[in-house]
Amino acid sequence: MSKLVYLVPLFPLIGFLINGLGRKNLTKSLTGIIGSGVVLISFIISVVLFFEVKAGHSEVVTYFDFITAGSLKIPFAFQVDQLSSIFLLIITGVGFLIHVYSTAYMHEESSAHYARYFSYLNLFVFSMLLLVLGANYLIMFIGWEGVGLCSYLLIGDFGFLLALFWMIQQFGTLSFSDVFSKAGGMKMNDVALVGITMLLFVGATGKSAQIPLYTWLPDAMAGPTPVSALIHAATMVTAGIYMIARSNLLYTLAPTTQGVVAVIGLATAILAATIALKQNDIKKVLAYSTVSQLGYMFLGLGVGAYTGAVFHVMTHAFFKALLFLGAGSVIHAMHHEQDIRKMGGLAKRLPTPHWTFLVGCIAIAGIPPLSGFFSKDEILAAAFSANTVYWVVGVLGAVLTAFYMFRLYATTFLGKFRGSHEQAHHLHESPAAMTWPLVILAILAAISGFVGVPAALGGHHELEHFLSPIFAGSVKLSHEQHALSHATEYMLMGVSVGAAIIAILYAVSRFSKKPDLEEAQGFGKVLQNKWYVDELYDIVFVRPLRTLSGFLNSIVEKSGIDGMVNGVGRLVNYGGRQLRLLQSGQVGAYILMMVVAALVLFIIQLFVQ
Amino acid sequence: MTINHYIFLSVALFCIGIIGVLTRRNMIIIFMCIELMLNATNLLLVAFSKMHYLAASVTDAATTAGTDGQLFVFFIMVVAAAEVSVGLAIIVMMYRNTHSIDVNFLNRLKH
Repeated sequence: MSKLVYLVPLFPLIGFLINGLGRKNLTKSLTGIIGSGVVLISFIISVVLFFEVKAGHSEVVTYFDFITAGSLKIPFAFQVDQLSSIFLLIITGVGFLIHVYSTAYMHEESSAHYARYFSYLNLFVFSMLLLVLGANYLIMFIGWEGVGLCSYLLIGDFGFLLALFWMIQQFGTLSFSDVFSKAGGMKMNDVALVGITMLLFVGATGKSAQIPLYTWLPDAMAGPTPVSALIHAATMVTAGIYMIARSNLLYTLAPTTQGVVAVIGLATAILAATIALKQNDIKKVLAYSTVSQLGYMFLGLGVGAYTGAVFHVMTHAFFKALLFLGAGSVIHAMHHEQDIRKMGGLAKRLPTPHWTFLVGCIAIAGIPPLSGFFSKDEILAAAFSANTVYWVVGVLGAVLTAFYMFRLYATTFLGKFRGSHEQAHHLHESPAAMTWPLVILAILAAISGFVGVPAALGGHHELEHFLSPIFAGSVKLSHEQHALSHATEYMLMGVSVGAAIIAILYAVSRFSKKPDLEEAQGFGKVLQNKWYVDELYDIVFVRPLRTLSGFLNSIVEKSGIDGMVNGVGRLVNYGGRQLRLLQSGQVGAYILMMVVAALVLFIIQLFVQ
Repeated sequence: MTINHYIFLSVALFCIGIIGVLTRRNMIIIFMCIELMLNATNLLLVAFSKMHYLAASVTDAATTAGTDGQLFVFFIMVVAAAEVSVGLAIIVMMYRNTHSIDVNFLNRLKH
C-alpha cells in the first residue's frame, strides 16, 4: 500500500488540472465535487497510510533519479513515517473540510472564478503534500516554493536555498537519512551545522511568519476567508515548523541556533499577542493570533520540545481553522463586514458559528480539557525546564491570548447588535456545507488534545510514543532532559490556567456590555498601529530602496547607461562623417591610394621575410 | 640575352604604365597604360617560362616545364580583351554624357 503513496499528492494535482483547464465548461456543483472529492480521496489514503505507519511500516519510497550530477544524486522519493503521516492527516483532513466549506462560501462567484478558486486550492494542497512527503530537502523545497506560489512569494526562501547549497557542499547529499547520519558524527555547535540550521531557520521565519518577517501574514488576509483558514492558519505557515521538526537532529546538534529559535519564537509570540489586543478587524485578530501561536511552536522547537511543537501544530490547525471558518460565517452573514465594532449580539442569530467559535476560543485560550491546553502546556513545561524566563514570558503571552480572543468573542457575539438594519434583516444561519465543517472542527478542537495527555495527568501521551522514532536521535543527544516532578507540573498548569481564566472573565465582563468603540489613545494606539513596525520597515527598507531605485533610474540610467549607448552611436556617426572625406570621387586619388597600399604591402612582405 | 634584360624591360614598361595611370587625365591614355602594365607582366611570364624550359630540357628533352607560364599569358590576354571591350564601352558612354573623357569630370559618385 505504501507503494501507492504517490496517489496522495496526485489526486489534488488531477483536481487542479481538471478544474484549471475546464473552468469554462464545468458547472459549479461539478467543480465543487471534483475539488473536494480529490482531497477526500487523498485523506482516505492518508488514513490508511497512517494506520500502516502505526503498525510499524515507515519507509522511503524512491521513484526515479531526479538529479544526477557527478557524485551528487537526488532521487525523487517520498518518505512515509510518523511525522509525515500526521501532517498528511492534518493537511488532507482540515483541507477537505475547508474545501467543503468553500463550496458554500464562494457560491456567489461566477462559475469560471469558482473553478479557478478550487483549482488553486487543489494546487496548494498538492504542493503542501509534496513538501511534507519529500524524502530529501530538494523535494521539500519544491513543495515549499509551490505553496509560496499559491499565496505569497517570500524573501526567507533565499535562506533555505543557501542552506541547500551548503548542505550539498558539506554532506554531498540532500536525503534526510544520509544528512542526519553524517551530521550525527559531527561535534556539537560545528560551524557548518550552526550555519545550515540558521539559514534553514531564516527560511522558516519567512514561511512561518516570525520576527522580523511576520508582517506579510496579516496583509495576506485580503483573500477569501477559507483561503486564510487553509493557507495562512492551518497548513502553509506550519511548513517552517515541519521543516525544523524534520531536521530536529541538526538543531539539537546546534544549541546556538536552538537558543535563537527559542528567543525569536518567544518574542514573536508576545509581540503578536500585544498587537492582537487592539485590532478591530476580525480576521486581523485571528491573523496576529496565528503569528503568536506560531511563535509558541518555535519556542517549543527551540527548547527541544519537538513533540510539543508538532502537537501544537495539530491542535492549532483544528482550532484556528475552526476560528477562521467561524469568522468566515460571520462575515458571510454580515455581508462582508469585518469590523467587530459593527457586530455584537450575534450569538442568538448565528447559533452554530457562535457555539463552535466559543469552543475555538476556549481551546486557544488553553482551558482544560480542550486541545489547546495540552499542547500549550507541554511547550510551556519544556520552556520552564530550559529557562524560567521563557516560561514567565510564555505564560504572559498565553494570558494575552485568552484576553484578546475573548475580547473578540464578546465584542462579536455578546452585547447588542450594532450593525445596520439591512444587515440585521439579512442575518441568517449559514448553509449546511458551512456549518458541518464547523461542527466537525469544533469536535476535533475539543477532543484532539487527548492524544497527548501528559503523564502528570495520568495519561500516556500517545503522540509522543508515536513520534518517538523521529525524535529518538535528538532525545539521546540532549542528556540534560531532567523530567519535571509532577508537583511542579501541577503548579505550572495551575498558574497558566488560573491566569487565563481570570483574563477570560475580565475580558467577557468588560467587553460584552461596553465594547471599546472609540479610537485607541496613548499606548493602545501604538498597539493598534502594530507597534508601528510597518512604518519602521517602510522607513528602514522601503524608502531607502525607493530612493536608491530613483537614483539609479534618474542618474545612473540616464547619464550612465543611456550615455554609453548614445555615445557609441555618436562615435560611429562621427567616424563615418570623417571617413567619408576619403571618398573624394577623384579616380586618380583612388588609384594612387591603391598603388601606395600595394607598395606598403610589398614592403611589409619584404621585412617580414 | 640573359633573363636580366627581360626583367629590366618589363619593370620599365610596368613603371611607365603606373606613372601614366597616375599622372594622365585622359581616359584613353590611362587605358593604354593599364594595357602596358598587363603586357609587361605577360612579357615577364613568357621570359621565365622560357628560362625554366631551357633549364629543364638539358636533362630531359621531352620536358613540359614552363608551359604553365605561357598558359597564364593566354588567360591574361583573354581577360585584357574582355576588359578593353567593357572599358571602351564605358568611355563611349562617358563621352556621350559629359562630352569629355577627362577622369576628373567623373567625380559625381562621391555624392
